[in-house]
Amino acid sequence: MNKPEKKQRKAVALISGGLDSLLAAKVIIDQGIHVEGINFYTGFCVEGHTHAIRKKDKAKPKRNNALWSAEQLGIQLHIVDVIEPYKEVLINPSHGYGANMNPCLDCKSFMVGQAVEWIKENDFDFIITGEVIGQRPMSQRRDTMPVIAAESGASDLLLRPLCAQLLPPTLPEKEGWVDREKLLDFNGRTRKPQIELANKLGFQDFAQPAGGCCFLTDKNYSDRLVDLWQARDTKAYELDDVMLLKVGRHIRPKPNFKLIIGREEGENKFMEGYRKQFIHLYTISAKGPLVLIEGNTDEKDLQLAAEITARYSQGRQEKTVTVAVKDQNGVSKLLNVKPFSNEEKLRDWYI
Amino acid sequence: MSHHILDAKRLLCPMPVIRTQNKVKQLSPGDILDVICTDPGVTSDIPAWCRITGHRFIDVKSDADEIVIRIEIRSRD
Repeated sequence: MNKPEKKQRKAVALISGGLDSLLAAKVIIDQGIHVEGINFYTGFCVEGHTHAIRKKDKAKPKRNNALWSAEQLGIQLHIVDVIEPYKEVLINPSHGYGANMNPCLDCKSFMVGQAVEWIKENDFDFIITGEVIGQRPMSQRRDTMPVIAAESGASDLLLRPLCAQLLPPTLPEKEGWVDREKLLDFNGRTRKPQIELANKLGFQDFAQPAGGCCFLTDKNYSDRLVDLWQARDTKAYELDDVMLLKVGRHIRPKPNFKLIIGREEGENKFMEGYRKQFIHLYTISAKGPLVLIEGNTDEKDLQLAAEITARYSQGRQEKTVTVAVKDQNGVSKLLNVKPFSNEEKLRDWYI
Repeated sequence: MSHHILDAKRLLCPMPVIRTQNKVKQLSPGDILDVICTDPGVTSDIPAWCRITGHRFIDVKSDADEIVIRIEIRSRD
């Protein structure tokens, strides 16, 4: 009598594009598990955005590291847009924020929770992540690992291959779908074991972004986000807000409005796409930036905005500069202004 | 076989890839899809996505304003 065929077990791997998730997936693939990758796009994982916008960066080759990881592993990758559901995570994180506006623990629970739904819909058996105990101060600690497993609903379906030997056995281990002895015991902030394993497995040219690939770990970006929320008196945001926080100089001369000033040709071009959404300014008598106004303005505010626009143009040393002010409907007027010259004030207004 | 257009202009990566991935689910094997983009990152990302999903990357055409990536939907295994 033939032995019943062993069921092919399937795991979904959270692929960030970094080294740890690449290695975790590889360790499980090598145990004969069918692995597919999943990558969640929150709107803040924007490693490519600056590159895409700023002209000076365009000469550098660019790649999406999650796609690159999947290609190295020879697996499918599902990129999932979670911009809308992620808003609640960022706006109201139950575990609070990290050093900046990064809600890492809630974010991890959210993503694993999304993966739980995905494996149910796609008939997969378990979830793997590249988490390592002690690797990150907020989300990857010994005491937070069970929090993520519990709050995501994954429970013992969540396997962390890189540190599994330091954690209680999960269902895939208990059931013998994977061999616990072949899992790893990485621990702490050192990257040495990961680098050694990568070399052993033949991975080269892998991404190692400092602080991950999330803008919310960046202080300047977080300051701009907080300013936006304070100015609007609400934490609500749209994807366009997320994008524009990364572009240009942000200057808030008054609580009711701020200026987004293109720093170079690539940014000006990108911002041109927003001309129908914002009052915008540009210089006529000298070369200068495109400037978007976010907020509500009166005539005096527009005069000040024009003076600041002139300050960032090539006519900043001139007595007067002609600035066009155009509203969202394309109605424009010209203002002849003296370029703003109070540098100390400008510094204070910088976000 | 039919020819489809996906407007992904002004979207930054990975959104053009996500839109392509979602659009392809509605198409049939052999269909041609032109993805119109402005983010130069698509010239590496969409071909990479094609390689891991098995869809055929045909070519990329670009001018100063936009990039058009043409792909052919693979037959279902």
